[in-house]
Amino acid sequence: MGAHEASKVIHALYNDDEILMDAVKKVKGEHHHIEEIFCPFPVHGLDKAMGLAPTRLAITAFMYGITGLSVAIWLTWYTMIHDWPQDIGGKPNFSWATNMPAFVPIMFELTVFFAAHLMVITFYMRSKIWPFKEAENPDPRTTDDHFLMEIPVHGNEEELKTLLAATGAVEINVVDKH
Amino acid sequence: MYQFSGRLKTLAIAFMVLGALGVALGFYNAPKTLEDAKEIMANQSAHGAHGNDHGETKHVEETHTEKKEDAHAEDNHSEENSHSEVIVEEVHGDSHSEGESHSEEVIEVKEVDEVHAEKLDTHASDNAHGTSHDDAHAEHVFHQLQNRPWAALYVALIFFLGVTLLVLAFYAIQRVAQAGWSIVLFRVMEAITANLLPVSLILIAVLVASFMHMNHLFSWMTEGTFTPGHENYDPIVDGKSGWINAPWWMIRSVFYLFVWNAYRWFIRRNSIKEDTAENISTYKKNYNVSVIFLFLFMITESMAVWDWIMGLDPHWFSTLFGWYVLATFLVSAVTTITFVTIYLRSKGYLPKVNDSHIHDLAKFMFGFSVFWTYLWFAQFMLIWYADIPEETTYYAMRFNEYKGLFLGMVVMNFVFPILLLINSDFKSIPWFVVMGGIVILAGHYVDVFVMIMPATVGAQWAIGIPEIGAILFFLGLLIWTTFSAFAKADPVAKGNPFLGESEHFHYYNIEHRGEDADAHH
Repeated sequence: MGAHEASKVIHALYNDDEILMDAVKKVKGEHHHIEEIFCPFPVHGLDKAMGLAPTRLAITAFMYGITGLSVAIWLTWYTMIHDWPQDIGGKPNFSWATNMPAFVPIMFELTVFFAAHLMVITFYMRSKIWPFKEAENPDPRTTDDHFLMEIPVHGNEEELKTLLAATGAVEINVVDKH
Repeated sequence: MYQFSGRLKTLAIAFMVLGALGVALGFYNAPKTLEDAKEIMANQSAHGAHGNDHGETKHVEETHTEKKEDAHAEDNHSEENSHSEVIVEEVHGDSHSEGESHSEEVIEVKEVDEVHAEKLDTHASDNAHGTSHDDAHAEHVFHQLQNRPWAALYVALIFFLGVTLLVLAFYAIQRVAQAGWSIVLFRVMEAITANLLPVSLILIAVLVASFMHMNHLFSWMTEGTFTPGHENYDPIVDGKSGWINAPWWMIRSVFYLFVWNAYRWFIRRNSIKEDTAENISTYKKNYNVSVIFLFLFMITESMAVWDWIMGLDPHWFSTLFGWYVLATFLVSAVTTITFVTIYLRSKGYLPKVNDSHIHDLAKFMFGFSVFWTYLWFAQFMLIWYADIPEETTYYAMRFNEYKGLFLGMVVMNFVFPILLLINSDFKSIPWFVVMGGIVILAGHYVDVFVMIMPATVGAQWAIGIPEIGAILFFLGLLIWTTFSAFAKADPVAKGNPFLGESEHFHYYNIEHRGEDADAHH
């Protein structure tokens, strides 16, 4: 297997998400590796058909939430109880617990704030998206009305082309990937 | 068609019989005379259970001792106030400034609902002072002890009525929202609401008993409350007599129950008609009636809660109380639907119910648990923060006498469900959902307990035979009515236009057990 062949990929374009789903199942059934699929909108069940692992984003959000809660508890304890325990309107500030109900709105908001923002930032980092990032779109039609499946070629170009043509692809291109 | 199994029937009957025995035993053990009550109190303090009677007397005496030592020991009062539900206010005569030579003091002992005022001579013998106080106190405790079997019955009754009613409301919401997921659960919900009629009748019986002065559940029904000059005259409650008066209260109560039962009767009949209807008009009629019901329900539910629960504390009021009680019953109702669904499904009577339906029910259990906590906290925190005495007494009583239950229910109704049901995978595992549900139901029973008991039995509460008996009785009744109603109709609401969608309902995130992965997309 030469280096030239290894950098070659096949781009199969589809114009319907149902046909795409069937194609994915067929290609997976023939044990070909699907490198990437580009869609103009989310296709329900595509990740499962491709065999992608479920996201762990929700788990990170839960941990970020706990972090936010801890920050809120520390903040209210340090500022209101430990550092300068003033009598403000008769609120009991002998300990954090006695004044706890007054801190709940802050605890809630900081929990949500940390969970939401850190999760979004995690998503950006994991998806490698940021402002001024160069778009990685192989074909502009995939943002409008076409679906594109990318499969690496390992000396089986003709076999793959035949398979993809049978799945209903409207266009099949062999592309050199840099 | 479903067959109400003999074993389940036996279980329901056993629960009802055992429960009825427990309730009867509660009434049998309640003190009949003041002397009985005193004996019970003596036993209690001997066992050190609720040494409230002695604690209170001692507390008053301590204050006197301090005053003898320091004539200006006024600072102590603020500390004493937070000591128990009893607020001791001392009114000093002029002679007080002369220190130990003060001759007479007026001590007012204010309890949460009742006001006992008595004059005490400080220089009289300690015995005399102790006894006169004890007598008034004994009478108070006597009424609370007499209330206990009634209150035990009432808590369970209101709990099961609320749960049944909110299943009906949840069902009406599903119709009005034209929900696509829940049609396969319609017959389950309808079956549970069959419990509404019997509990409504029992409630009317209990309310009539209160009306006839057979119990002291509602303190405002005490004779003389609205009669100026009478020793029981209560100007605050009298000011509310336009709303809180027995005949008008009774009429309202019957009206609420009538509206709810009328809708339940109509919708059940027409839902079965829908199965064989030849066009969409039956469905549309059911939709329209459900819209009207929900409108009436929101009004009558709020008012019923004022009348039946907030009315137990006629000195206290809270604006969002109706919503808060709604939330308690709503989460319990969804949990009950889940339990019955999981049971019937495990027996094979609901073949079209899949893991996604369980997942959705668990999501509602989770969401409404948080909603309940939101309202519970919103009500508590606003009152705690502003600390206006006429509102705070409500929570002071609960925090002092019911601390374990009061704080425990927040753990049961919020912390436990949020940790257990936050994970998407767990929400479709039946035994996991059942585990969460048991804690949620127990927690919301405790919630209703803490709403009702402080106003009716005060510090004399316990969770014993009368309470457990009442729960068992109504649980047996619920099982009986639910499953016999489920056996009377097709388990699938066939005529509903959304039935197909409901049968193929699939939440994208979960794998259905016992189903081919390709069966859906």
